[in-house]
Amino acid sequence: MAGTKKNPMPCQPGEERVKNFLEVALGYDEDVAINEAKRCIQCKNPKCVSGCPVGIEIPKFIEKIAEGDFQGAIDTLKEKNSLPAICGRVCPQEEQCEKVCIVGIKNEPVGIGRLERFAADWERKNRKEQSKISNTEGKKVAIVGSGPAGLTCAGELAKMGYQVTIFEAFHQAGGVLMYGIPEFRLPKEIVQEEINALLNLGVELKTNVVIGQTITIKELMEEEGYEAVFVGSGAGLPYFLNIPGENLNGVYSANEFLTRVNLMRAYLHPQWDTPVKVGKKVAVVGAGNVAMDAARTAKRLGAEDVYIVYRRSEDEMPARIEEIHHAKEEGIDFRLLTNPMEVLGNSEGWVTGLKCLKMELGEPDSSGRRRPVPIENSEFELDVDVVIIAIGQGPNPLIPRSTPELQTSKWGNITADESTGNTSMEGVFAGGDVVTGAATVIKAMGAGKNAAVAMDQYIKNK
Amino acid sequence: MNKILQKQVLAPTLKQIIVEAPLIAKKAKAGQFVILRIHEKGERIPLTIADYDRDNGTITMIFQEVGSSTKRLGLLEIGDEILDLVGPLGQPTEHPAGAKRIVCVGGGVGVAPVYPEAKELHESGVEIISIVGARNEELLFYLDNMKAVSKELHVTTDDGSKGRKGFVTDVLKELIESDKGIDAVIAIGPMPMMKAVSDLTKNYGLKTIVSLNSLMVDGTGMCGGCRVTIGNETKFACIDGPAFDAHEVDFIEQMRRLRMYQIEEKVEDCRCGEGME
Ligand SMILES: Cc1cc2nc3c(=O)[nH]c(=O)nc-3n(C[C@H](O)[C@H](O)[C@H](O)COP(=O)(O)OP(=O)(O)OC[C@H]3O[C@@H](n4cnc5c(N)ncnc54)[C@H](O)[C@@H]3O)c2cc1C
Ligand SMILES: Cc1cc2nc3c(=O)[nH]c(=O)nc-3n(C[C@H](O)[C@H](O)[C@H](O)COP(=O)(O)OP(=O)(O)OC[C@H]3O[C@@H](n4cnc5c(N)ncnc54)[C@H](O)[C@@H]3O)c2cc1C
Ligand code: SF4
Ligand code: FES
Repeated sequence: MAGTKKNPMPCQPGEERVKNFLEVALGYDEDVAINEAKRCIQCKNPKCVSGCPVGIEIPKFIEKIAEGDFQGAIDTLKEKNSLPAICGRVCPQEEQCEKVCIVGIKNEPVGIGRLERFAADWERKNRKEQSKISNTEGKKVAIVGSGPAGLTCAGELAKMGYQVTIFEAFHQAGGVLMYGIPEFRLPKEIVQEEINALLNLGVELKTNVVIGQTITIKELMEEEGYEAVFVGSGAGLPYFLNIPGENLNGVYSANEFLTRVNLMRAYLHPQWDTPVKVGKKVAVVGAGNVAMDAARTAKRLGAEDVYIVYRRSEDEMPARIEEIHHAKEEGIDFRLLTNPMEVLGNSEGWVTGLKCLKMELGEPDSSGRRRPVPIENSEFELDVDVVIIAIGQGPNPLIPRSTPELQTSKWGNITADESTGNTSMEGVFAGGDVVTGAATVIKAMGAGKNAAVAMDQYIKNK
Repeated sequence: MNKILQKQVLAPTLKQIIVEAPLIAKKAKAGQFVILRIHEKGERIPLTIADYDRDNGTITMIFQEVGSSTKRLGLLEIGDEILDLVGPLGQPTEHPAGAKRIVCVGGGVGVAPVYPEAKELHESGVEIISIVGARNEELLFYLDNMKAVSKELHVTTDDGSKGRKGFVTDVLKELIESDKGIDAVIAIGPMPMMKAVSDLTKNYGLKTIVSLNSLMVDGTGMCGGCRVTIGNETKFACIDGPAFDAHEVDFIEQMRRLRMYQIEEKVEDCRCGEGME
């Protein structure tokens, strides 16, 4: 008989995993997966499906797992989601499918995300060698950026028979999946396998090309013969707090810190050339997934004390619950209702501390969240030598700057129709974080998928 | 792609390479740079595009061997390929509108980035006066190139082994005071040199442009590692620069930021020799 609680996720013990970069969550084995799948009551009118941004037929894939038909499960998943091994690991399920799961009303919801991960991992172990396809007949389309939005859009268009080229600014594809989310949460090998699967579909990947600098969108269309372009350039521009001392040595944006470590493998310096300064005492400002990742990474790199500094309370923390739990287990020290005022430094320009102010919750603001208000005379100094700012990112300005035809919001996001990705420039579609601002992997994928359908229609009607 | 077609040793630790890069050559403008990686585990290192040939699809880079990556780059030979090469990055330098006479100052390896500026300005009809400075004669290069685009060329060395003994600022001061009708100055070199030039020209209210070689990771505005304070505002050198109005730059902060990785890199012979301290 299936229990009232989710089958727990086996994990590396906290004290063990802070010493390595190996994956923290180990995944269900077959028996546990079947047992968890049996907790699903196969609703006639399943709420979970409407909670999924790409509409995976959740009861169906779960039923297949319950029957031990793992191939059937993965086939069902892949009808709607081309990156299940990634989504099963990083989607905020508790905010989406699992939030509305019927079982969750009385008991814990079905572990939909864990089951998705299980099916995807089963397939990766049992996957047959795929033969490479090459599309040389179809019309040419260009994808800018190789994050989840771009990868998904590329995959869909390739399956429709288009000749697809992805342009990526970095030397490696994957976007945030590669440079942002750390290895211990999303092994890079998995991302690489998904990218390889796309390349097998005949998608061409051109790394080291910055659209807007190396070549413009207009040139892609007018000179290079691309019939349509999808922009999935993400939200890579780091925000800072604009407080004094932010340019001291030892203050990083989370992007820089994580890119040095993930993409450039600074944790393997000096075997890898890129260094990173970790410090003994680290303050991470912010409480989203990015902040958790930065804090846990710092701990793994040997920092003794790592603080999360956040001006609101636990309830408002935007990170996935699982990641908050993992961070706590790993000994991250949460300093909530604490607002950073100034980064303090010595005469050589190095960080020596973070001046903070204690906050309390006041009246709800327009977003319905209780607004943090400063407590008078509550200033104190946190003794740290590295500060990592993880308070969000905006869209990268390179494309809007070089493409005046593209309409943008006052925040710099590209204005695009949500269901089609249509922009103000003919033949140019956009989706993912560059349109919505920093969001989620699955939303970016959904946008890539919608845009692919719209691009196909656009080209056919041209 | 990215094959090294020519290589020249300009001074013992100073090398010039010409690399196949048609897409970059097609777009490059004075002031822009590339980021390259030499091997799988390599750093992403920024280098200025010192020259380009659109017809042949090549770009020229000049680099000083200061640490492990640039030393390794120096070991590559003609026919070798550079693993990754991305660009052109950064904004082309915005030249002062209406300027008729501009002084171009190049210090040390800074002559490499100042040359395309001088050349571009010269071709657009601006009169160029150049000042090239280095520690000693051995480290001087591109004198002929600079001469070809300049009306006057002044050379200084710290030890007097060639040209005038002293600093570029000594000559610059004289030029300004002898009333040559100078409209603007472009100065590129070690941070302390740029600071010295900036301090000098500030006294005369003379428009001055410098190019900041801050630490970079991506070069596309994503990491924020290249932050610079320009008149009280934080800018990213990679996408807002690398050229900025010298009188607005917080040089002290920049010099500190460049020292960020000195311990990790364990450099014995760093470029600080050019007067960094
Ligand atoms: C540290 C971190 C942790 C996160 N954790 C989670 C999580 O647990 N769950 C979750 O759902 N979401 C998470 N997110 C958010 C999620 O990763 C993003 O919402 C998602 O990656 C957005 O996808 P995208 O395709 O729009 O853009 P990105 O993934 O940002 O990819 C954009 C790509 O475009 C490239 N590019 C940019 N400009 C150009 C140009 N001009 N020319 C060529 N290429 C260009 C970039 O180099 C990049 O590779 C996290 C984000 C971060 C930073
Ligand atoms: C836009 C831009 C254009 C540049 N153009 C040129 C060029 O045309 N020719 C050239 O020789 N160099 C140029 N540089 C500097 C060059 O990128 C660095 O010298 C190089 O990255 C050092 O790499 P390394 O691994 O050999 O040395 P490292 O081992 O990384 O460092 C050696 C020492 O140099 C310091 N250092 C590291 N990076 C820089 C830097 N960017 N500037 C100053 N000191 C640094 C380190 O703190 C360390 O003390 C440019 C930099 C920028 C940002
Ligand atoms: S809502 Fe929950 S119980 Fe119902 S079908 Fe979906 S996963 Fe199963
Ligand atoms: S180098 Fe990363 S933002 Fe400029």
